Amino acid sequence: MTTRIKPITAVAVIFFLVSAIAPLFVSSWATLFALILAKGVVVLGIVLLLQAGQVSFGHAMFFAAGAYTAAFWGKYIGSGDILLYVVLAGASSTVFGLIVGLFVVRYRQIFFGMLNLAFSMVLWSLLEKMFHYTNGADGIRVARPDLLGFSFTPEVFQYVILYVSLLIAVAAFCGMQRYLESPLGHMLRAIKSNETRLEYLGMSARRVLLIAYVISAFLGGVGGALVAMIQQIATPEFGFWTKSGEFVFIAILGGGAHAFGAFAGAAMFECVRFYAAAHLADSWQLILGVVLIAIILYAPNGLIGLRQRYSHSRKGEH
Amino acid sequence: MANVLLSAKDIKIRFGGIIAADGIDLDIHEGENLAIIGPNGAGKTTFLNISTGYLRPQAGTVTFLGHDITAHLPRSITKLGIARAFQIPQLFLDQTVMENMLIAAASRQRYPSGFKALSRLPEAPEMERLLELVGVRSYADRTARELPEGQRKLVDIALALALKPKLLLMDEPTSGVASSEKLEIMDILTAALAKEKVTSVFVEHDMDMVERYAHRVAVWNVGKIQKLGTPAEVLMDPKVREQVIGI
Repeated sequence: MTTRIKPITAVAVIFFLVSAIAPLFVSSWATLFALILAKGVVVLGIVLLLQAGQVSFGHAMFFAAGAYTAAFWGKYIGSGDILLYVVLAGASSTVFGLIVGLFVVRYRQIFFGMLNLAFSMVLWSLLEKMFHYTNGADGIRVARPDLLGFSFTPEVFQYVILYVSLLIAVAAFCGMQRYLESPLGHMLRAIKSNETRLEYLGMSARRVLLIAYVISAFLGGVGGALVAMIQQIATPEFGFWTKSGEFVFIAILGGGAHAFGAFAGAAMFECVRFYAAAHLADSWQLILGVVLIAIILYAPNGLIGLRQRYSHSRKGEH
Repeated sequence: MANVLLSAKDIKIRFGGIIAADGIDLDIHEGENLAIIGPNGAGKTTFLNISTGYLRPQAGTVTFLGHDITAHLPRSITKLGIARAFQIPQLFLDQTVMENMLIAAASRQRYPSGFKALSRLPEAPEMERLLELVGVRSYADRTARELPEGQRKLVDIALALALKPKLLLMDEPTSGVASSEKLEIMDILTAALAKEKVTSVFVEHDMDMVERYAHRVAVWNVGKIQKLGTPAEVLMDPKVREQVIGI
């Protein structure tokens, strides 16, 4: 991994620069890039858990928790602020992640994945059925928030939320890469390769996984709040299992060996969806399915693994 | 007589009809190298598993430096000062040898960092010294997966030493290693243990190794200690020679 960091970091810097500059020339890209960045933040959490070999099929619950935190604030308290929403969403999903995490980190592999799914479906049901509070399947509209007391027109707001998303994405990316290279990050990977040995070194594998889980929940919540502000709505679909599947899909698409995989996958996913939906209407999932099959067959380490595969093939390795 | 580090009293455990420990009493003294020998299925590894918290005995107690550790988890026993090396080396195969060592070093901390780079831990020079001590310093930047079996064994032991243990339990430290390498590995190992002042218990089938490196020998048979004494006393015992060594 260490040999790949520098080129991938360079690609990441280019990606973030393009995210900042390209929408200035094509205004419709502002929302597209904002969504890519917000979902990339969520998928960073999935990538983090992948280090330990664990796949959460229910992480949309934290995404929904973050989105509904912003929505509830707007509905019950009044107009809000982008930063306030982000902070509240991060805090609520962190607490939620800690509570759920205390149960799920006791399990591994399919049991970990399915228990996450079960928790997320409970939340989804609550959001659907508690109509009086949540407006059921209709969801709650998230009014356009201010930023530090300034209000914006819709045209300006799409850029404001883009640059806030960009700042958060860059901070999350740097923090995540730092975490992956830290002792806790290495211990997380050690869970995947030899959990028993980690315990015999005196570390609690559950504790290591719980810390990562809470971080991933925090990222899910922050990403959820951003998407709710970008789309100006929070619906129960945010917590449905297909949304969790989407995040796992993006993580596999991008690759789990580097934090940038989350953003590479999110960019690929949203671009394919954006353009395929425009040209193929309801068949865009077909295109995504074909892309995923191609990735699994030809780049099992995701988009960021392509470079490694390319450099190996140049050296004549197989 | 040196201080007693670990004391097992009347340890009993059975798996169905198989008796793995049937009233084991054993004191391990500070500074010694104790060898455990016996036929397969005699309960040697079970004793290591009980001493390190992997198994809980059905009766009896294990104390370490006066603490009752009978029902403790492996990680809390490790924190008290008992480390373990395995028959099949237990390494983090996808990480480099140095990263393996630094993970062990970070494990000594109560709250390992989630921010500071692993490679910049202040323990890095100490870990390099330990790798040098067990003769695998040149493999530091290779992934554990790339190492030959003998070197994996040594890294496994270096990982245990990184925890600064008072007692190291080793399960067949030379099994799976070519005969020509056994002496070299054991020489390196015993020198490292002496330098780090670590008491050791090792399970071994090779009587040459036992005779050469053990201070005391415990003979396990059907969950009991059949004989305990110096290598000369034990290995010359006709009953041991017939039932355990097979001569």
